Amino acid sequence: MKPFTYERATSTAQAAARAASVPGAKFVAGGTNLLDLMKIEIETPAHLIDVNGLDLAKIEPTPDGGLRVGALVRNTDLAADARVRRDYPVLARALLAGASPQLRNRATTAGNLLQRTRCPYFYDPDQPCNKREPGSGCAALAGYRRMHAIVGTSDACIAAHPSDMAVAMRVLDAQVETIRADGTTRSLPLADLHRLPGSTPHLETTLDAGELVTAVVLPPPPGGVHVYRKVRDRASYAFALVSVALVRQADGSGRVALGGVAPKPWRSEEAERALASDPQAVVDGLLKDARTSPDNAFKLTLARRTLDAAIADARSSR
Amino acid sequence: MNESDAIDPSRRDALVFGRDLLLGGAAARWAGPSPAQAATANDPQAPVTVKLTLRVNGTAKSLALDTRTTLLDALREHLHLTGTKKGCDHGQCGACTVIAGGRRINACLSLAVMHDGDEITTIEGLGAPGHLHPMQAAFVRHDAYQCGYCTPGQICSSVAMLEELRRGIPSHAGADVAAAPTATPDELRERMSGNICRCGAYSNIIDAIGEVAGVRT
Repeated sequence: MKPFTYERATSTAQAAARAASVPGAKFVAGGTNLLDLMKIEIETPAHLIDVNGLDLAKIEPTPDGGLRVGALVRNTDLAADARVRRDYPVLARALLAGASPQLRNRATTAGNLLQRTRCPYFYDPDQPCNKREPGSGCAALAGYRRMHAIVGTSDACIAAHPSDMAVAMRVLDAQVETIRADGTTRSLPLADLHRLPGSTPHLETTLDAGELVTAVVLPPPPGGVHVYRKVRDRASYAFALVSVALVRQADGSGRVALGGVAPKPWRSEEAERALASDPQAVVDGLLKDARTSPDNAFKLTLARRTLDAAIADARSSR
Repeated sequence: MNESDAIDPSRRDALVFGRDLLLGGAAARWAGPSPAQAATANDPQAPVTVKLTLRVNGTAKSLALDTRTTLLDALREHLHLTGTKKGCDHGQCGACTVIAGGRRINACLSLAVMHDGDEITTIEGLGAPGHLHPMQAAFVRHDAYQCGYCTPGQICSSVAMLEELRRGIPSHAGADVAAAPTATPDELRERMSGNICRCGAYSNIIDAIGEVAGVRT
């Protein structure tokens, strides 16, 4: 691990200003992903700004009937919140399908959104990786691609976003609140937080330098039956091969987002209009531009079957 | 056991002393009274030292550590509490599980400096020969280990896990996420998935935990 200096943030505005002005600064909250990457020197911050002392660990109702989830709310606490379990069960289920209890006790809401890919070539400093070292090439393209993304990829990067929580938040139309280095705040749809890799896979979000996520806002509960169905190589504590977040209304209409297949939570509001009449058309629409290899072409079939299974789960739970 | 306890600390002190020489401890920068001041130091490659206090097993321990020191290394290498084990050092195996602020965490994925003032419970704080924690006694009774390397993590994890169950924290194993969870064998297995046992003593581990939880496994 490279040496780094350390400070505790005293306010969100101070933290954002410091992050933008101190060379090589990064925020640390749970640290479960950042520390892991610092040990193998894929992340080499010269300065860490510990935001754990900030007042961002509350879950509060919003005036319109939604919930504001503070950036520092731990994954365990968000999944255990009675309002989340009752009104947004797809989110509670997605959180509980991710990581291990020990990790969920530390991992935060904002950190979960901003975690890096688990592409094994990104994790291996001896391999070229455009995300880790822009312009060096992509070892995954010619490598073993079973876990990799099949849509939203580019010739520069095929890494998948690993989060379960973000897939559920995307299906719930969550908004991300931030504060920037100049002290101004903004709110952006979660759909606009993550970038697709294109020719610049090292740029993963649309956040500015120093911009600090302060909360995720859930709109009023969408009703319906909520399902999060995750398919993985072992029954617990593994990343998704494919996951489906489904909110299904009584008439069969609803919303669908996929995890494990793209560089960000993957949803198409246009494609999901067919959910009641022809669920497979939703998957067709979501994966119409898929680029697969023999290693991961199974994800096309698996996505169809997982959506079918999720719909069956929703039907049987009413 | 007593004999090895008597030998271990001196050997460890020698190792730590040697390591400090290698790292050039004298050249380390001090962050001073406010850690923020360290950001103005000149050489960005020099190690940075911070002072902090951990409350470990009920005793306050003041330390001066390189900022890079994980909670795990602080416990093992600096406080010589070697019951907590380093397995993968990447949060994948759970051997380093300790209870920090009442919650089980991977000590390898947390910086010691982030726990300044925190209450930490390690396996040494749960029980000792002669007055074992009920979970330790159950592990012995059920032969819930082979090599024993994952055992301190398994025990710290399971003690905190039963407290999570008692507090009603849900898990992936529950059919209805809104309902209060109950201790079933499936719940116990799911909730222990962050602790890997390479010897494969899982069936005895779950029997030991089940006995303490009052569940037939």
